[in-house]
Amino acid sequence: MSQHVLSLLVEDRPGLLTRVAGLFARRGFNIESLAVGATEVEGLSRITVVVNVDGLPLEQVTKQLNKLINVIKVVELDAETTVERDHMLIKVRTDAATRSQVLEAVTLFRARVIDVASDALIIEVTGETAKCQAFIKVLEPFGIKELVQSGVLAIGRGSKSITEKVLK
Amino acid sequence: MANEVLTGAQAIVRSLELLGVTDIFGLPGGAILPTYDPLMDSTKIRHILVRHEQGAGHAAEGYASASGKLGVCIATSGPGATNLVTAIADAHMDSVPLLAITGQVNSTSIGTDAFQEADIVGITMPITKHSFLVTKAEDIPAVLASAVLIATTGRPGPVLVDIAKDAQNGKAEFIWPPKIDLPGYKPVTKPHGKQIQAAAQLIKDAKRPVLYVGGGIVRAGAHLELLELAKIIGAPVVTTLMARGAYPDSDEQNLGMPGMHGTVPAVTALQRSDLLITLGARFDDRVTGQVKTFAVGAKVIHVDIDPAEIGKIRFADVPIVGDAKEVITELNTELKADLKGNKPDIAEWWAFLNDLRTRYPLGYTQPDDGKMSPQFVISRIGELSGPEAIFAAGVGQHQMWSAQFIKYERPNSWLNSGGAGTMGYAVPAAMGAKVAQPERLVWAIDGDGCFQMTNQELATCTINNIPIKVAIINNSSLGMVRQWQTLFYNSRYSNTDLNTGTDTIMVPDFVKLAEAYGCLGIRVEKEEDVDAAIKLAMETNDRPVVIDFIVGRDAMVWPMVPAGLSNDAVQFAKDERPVWEEGEEE
Ligand SMILES: Cc1ncc(C[n+]2csc(CCOP(=O)(O)OP(=O)(O)O)c2C)c(N)n1
Ligand SMILES: [Mg+2]
Repeated sequence: MSQHVLSLLVEDRPGLLTRVAGLFARRGFNIESLAVGATEVEGLSRITVVVNVDGLPLEQVTKQLNKLINVIKVVELDAETTVERDHMLIKVRTDAATRSQVLEAVTLFRARVIDVASDALIIEVTGETAKCQAFIKVLEPFGIKELVQSGVLAIGRGSKSITEKVLK
Repeated sequence: MANEVLTGAQAIVRSLELLGVTDIFGLPGGAILPTYDPLMDSTKIRHILVRHEQGAGHAAEGYASASGKLGVCIATSGPGATNLVTAIADAHMDSVPLLAITGQVNSTSIGTDAFQEADIVGITMPITKHSFLVTKAEDIPAVLASAVLIATTGRPGPVLVDIAKDAQNGKAEFIWPPKIDLPGYKPVTKPHGKQIQAAAQLIKDAKRPVLYVGGGIVRAGAHLELLELAKIIGAPVVTTLMARGAYPDSDEQNLGMPGMHGTVPAVTALQRSDLLITLGARFDDRVTGQVKTFAVGAKVIHVDIDPAEIGKIRFADVPIVGDAKEVITELNTELKADLKGNKPDIAEWWAFLNDLRTRYPLGYTQPDDGKMSPQFVISRIGELSGPEAIFAAGVGQHQMWSAQFIKYERPNSWLNSGGAGTMGYAVPAAMGAKVAQPERLVWAIDGDGCFQMTNQELATCTINNIPIKVAIINNSSLGMVRQWQTLFYNSRYSNTDLNTGTDTIMVPDFVKLAEAYGCLGIRVEKEEDVDAAIKLAMETNDRPVVIDFIVGRDAMVWPMVPAGLSNDAVQFAKDERPVWEEGEEE
């Protein structure tokens, strides 16, 4: 099993997400994470999917995705030419004694505190998956009360755009 | 000039007319009622009122499969729509160009569990090529035009258009032709020149090539190109269940059908081949048997319009994405230039295959119970009807015998439910085929089990003057399942007895049932009466005909590769496997 990041350029149509997610489930592919949002072009959305597959099935996934009428383009983003980011919101238990330690970790990881209560902090962190995971490790001893995260977002380096050719 | 303003319902009818639709099978209900009103006035579209929406779906499939045109069915929301599901799934598996139109509750009520609301777009997502939900009258022309384009181009398939009642009742300017906006839909039809050359090279080098022909050849209408290719290279041809008729059975290069119930020569040819020239076929498990032992010594050229089929089951040494007709045309040009009239020397291969042909011809034995042999009956139907007829089968033993014992000479003459194996396909599919090709003789060769799933369409046939012939191969049982029980469950016949035979309580009596539907009903119990009954059926065209052929229930379909086993384990009769010459056994 290996991890792959697929980027899908799709028409923003009702039921689109069901079609994509249904296809993964139906063909027995595991979704590790999924992130959807609008793009710079009106009517088009971008889905970033992280899947766990072997070489041959990956080809099946992309071919099957390409068959969906509302999917315009599917590209596999390879780590070297891609920038990837995770985004997390973490609610950590703190008290007078631990707060400064937590704040120190926040500074080290270049995270941000976005809400403060007497017994908890909400922290926002962005970065590669590995960094975010390491940050969580550091916070765990204090007590993570809640964790929400986006799926991986990924974009190819350089000036080229996935939407370029499509729009001609 | 200002555009005409039409209701959504009128726009549906007008769009279908402009898209060339001439026949629709359907049944109305609340949510599609607005559309049925202008449909009544259409002089271009004939609507045939079915007795069950599944019948409408299969009729549209039979219409499409017999003619190569789009098939159209229409139903109301909720249960009307869900009754179409089986036929849509069937069309999806067998790549049938099908347009299914369903009414939906008012757009303002969608999501409220309104009366007869069903999320049919959601339900059919896995079994359609695409689907649309229409909530505005002005979207109707573009959606219908897009739906027809998607259903009929690339790899054909079913497209569902679900239209809310208020969209049918709403008004909009009717603009034709509409703008089709499908940026994500670009089927590749033209093959890569390099791949053509690579394929030609493999073909020239092969010692044991086989043309492995699938239903894609029929859908692409590439049978003449295929015939030319076969003649250029002189290779043996096998035609899958979906491809019967894609290559003439009378041609000496045709080894027949491969697969679970394929001929010994066809199964063995694939198994021992060194090059599979795969044309519009998809390595279905019923053809390959156990995949890892399938044709282990063969390289693969795989031609398909659907890129996702290539490499899905079997690695392709030369993958070619494209329309079979275009691909084979280019391949023929390339090969003709290369070979200059010489054929690759595969004499040894032919000697091996011809020996198998003489040793293991298709055959059958007489049933022990003194009843007629089903294979005999089916052979006679084929022989008396000739190659211009159309044969639609149900699913089961009678289907396999029809695939084996009828000689097909042209594409679209053999209709069946191959991928889904849908019992109940035959009668409505034959009805649809007869509507599409009224001048042809159309048979439904059906099982006593299958027939009971959709026989109500005989009413549709009688009332609409669609004189199909139905041959019930009545073995008083769910024969194919019974065969598996005989072979794999110690002859314990759990729930496969149907009691339709003459030595049972005969419920129903198919002759009486036929008569109740206004058909001519005939019962045949003796082989000497078979021809006369078939001829009478062929001469009777003022109403449908149903012949109840009482056949032996213990007849089995041979050859057979038991499910999941290697094709090397092919048996040509019970417990009898082909004998290989010494050293040949793998
Ligand atoms: C809708 C449906 N239900 C169940 C089956 C499983 N099945 C396959 S063949 C068969 C028996 C069909 O019986 P009959 O129509 O009498 O044909 P025979 O095999 O006897 O020729 C059954 C039940 C099926 N293919 N389709
Ligand atoms: Mg039967």
